[in-house]
Amino acid sequence: MREYDVVIIGGGPAGLAAAASAKKNGIDQILIIERDHELGGILNQCIHNGFGLHTFHEELTGPEYANRFIDEVKKLKITYKLNTMVVNITKSKVVTYMNSLEGMIEIQAKTIILAMGCRERSRGALNIPGYRPAGIFSAGTAQRFVNIEGYMPGREVVILGSGDIGLIMARRMTLEGAKVKVVAELMPYSGGLKRNIVQCLNDFNIPLKLSHTITKIHGKDRITGITLSKVDQKGSPMKGTEEYYSCDTLLLSVGLIPENELSDNMGIELDTVTSGPNVNESLETNIEGVFACGNVLHVHDLVDFVSEEASLAGKNAARFIKKLKVGKNNDLGKIIELKSENGIRYTVPGIIRLDQMDDTVVIRFRVAGVYKNCYISVYFDKERVIHKKKTVVAPGEMESILLDKAKLNDYPQLSQITIKLEEV
Amino acid sequence: MEERKLTCIGCPLGCEIEVKLKEKQIISIIGNTCKRGELYVREEVTNPSRIVTSTVKVENGKIPMVSVKTQNTVPKGKIFECIKELKTISIKAPVKIGDIIIENSANTGISIIATKNVEVSE
Ligand SMILES: Cc1cc2nc3c(=O)[nH]c(=O)nc-3n(C[C@H](O)[C@H](O)[C@H](O)COP(=O)(O)OP(=O)(O)OC[C@H]3O[C@@H](n4cnc5c(N)ncnc54)[C@H](O)[C@@H]3O)c2cc1C
Ligand code: SF4
Repeated sequence: MREYDVVIIGGGPAGLAAAASAKKNGIDQILIIERDHELGGILNQCIHNGFGLHTFHEELTGPEYANRFIDEVKKLKITYKLNTMVVNITKSKVVTYMNSLEGMIEIQAKTIILAMGCRERSRGALNIPGYRPAGIFSAGTAQRFVNIEGYMPGREVVILGSGDIGLIMARRMTLEGAKVKVVAELMPYSGGLKRNIVQCLNDFNIPLKLSHTITKIHGKDRITGITLSKVDQKGSPMKGTEEYYSCDTLLLSVGLIPENELSDNMGIELDTVTSGPNVNESLETNIEGVFACGNVLHVHDLVDFVSEEASLAGKNAARFIKKLKVGKNNDLGKIIELKSENGIRYTVPGIIRLDQMDDTVVIRFRVAGVYKNCYISVYFDKERVIHKKKTVVAPGEMESILLDKAKLNDYPQLSQITIKLEEV
Repeated sequence: MEERKLTCIGCPLGCEIEVKLKEKQIISIIGNTCKRGELYVREEVTNPSRIVTSTVKVENGKIPMVSVKTQNTVPKGKIFECIKELKTISIKAPVKIGDIIIENSANTGISIIATKNVEVSE
């Protein structure tokens, strides 16, 4: 069996940044495996601009952003396989992949970086009554049709869900000559970025109906229309609020979920909130030497943070291998747990091993609702140590705080860190 | 007097800002929390402009479409014209990021450039 130091599953922005970072940290035997015919992942279909403000201080389109990392991976002479699908990974890090040239192959990895990205929640999870006529797509699928294959799924469009992909597609379909009639959102707020609401909907006078959902799909073979209803505070449709919209296309933008089948099958513990792996400060899963980053770990809205997170995973994989070489085992040392409370949905990482930690660690998290004028507070056991004022936080925008090792060392008894939202 | 309501995109707060105009001159701006909101509204009211992104057909390429963008922002009112022009053309592979696809798109003085590399199909 061929051996590699680092095998990276997925050649999107996460996989590319992880590979470059592992290489720069002194590792040579690296392999990226990508099932698509090109590197770059989902960014290839995100032709709009707005990527890379944090990393490159300019606004790039998705393909341009991806290309910067693809160029780097090529320059660093990192090997990659395209049109190759990973079908299984074992606990002992045997990776099985498949492609038309080699067939089914097993390789042995010393470390694995999971970077498979996410998939869209499907309509099955939605529970809309009515037939299942043609003309219903996830927003990402429609994006792929229009931007990669160059064909329009329809002319008269309704979009359910106001996540960023749905908003971006409302503009895209409008520019391509379709009539986008309405974007309906179940929640009383949009899950998308403000900028996208203004530039994708308001610019084209596309109405956004908050606290609304589709209660009926009309049409047998092809969708002919939908019924939209207002929902009450519990999210149940209210009688008498029904409105009919004719359409030949319904796009669903109802959320993303980490691509977790491979992880689950190999025995990785998944977080119930993120659906991605539980990881420690090194972004390592419960299986030693298996790391995760990007959308497979938790769904990101900004690719810049994906790249940042992935570099850290790459660096830590490199460090893991160097330790294997000198025969030092990764003994655990002291473990501090991170807990999310009161308006914070989850944190990544979930635990910190103090001995393994760099000088600082970034804790990323999402909030459960829109809160204005609040504080993000961090407690070391019972003591509040960080109290950061925020004018607004929203579920659509990932938040983060930075913890210092020096500060953690000041609390020798520390066993739990709690992050919560507090009112003014 | 004209009144317009705009949502600032400067930060997640998304202030709803009301602008009053008289003969195209701004006479009052209310609702912004910080200075950035005022600057945003001034720009949006006097000269709203956007980067436009789209795709163009590729002949003989490994993929059928190449993504493109305007090199700089164009006036909002010109967006559809820029897009229309792109529909009428196709380009030959290979294409490199930054290649000019259309010069002076819709008479805006702004060029449209490729945002993706496309190799020739084998
Ligand atoms: C539709 C959409 C629009 C977005 N718009 C924006 C935006 O406007 N601005 C912004 O900053 N961010 C945006 N994002 C977020 C950002 O693009 C993503 O967070 C980022 O692309 C995630 O990178 P990733 O590498 O984790 O995942 P991906 O880009 O999804 O890459 C994962 C890769 O893994 C491959 N893969 C998966 N399973 C296997 C397997 N078993 N074997 C081999 N390969 C496999 C996939 O083919 C894919 O190439 C958007 C995301 C989506 C989904
Ligand atoms: S006015 Fe200031 S605070 Fe309000 S949305 Fe704009 S940038 Fe944010």
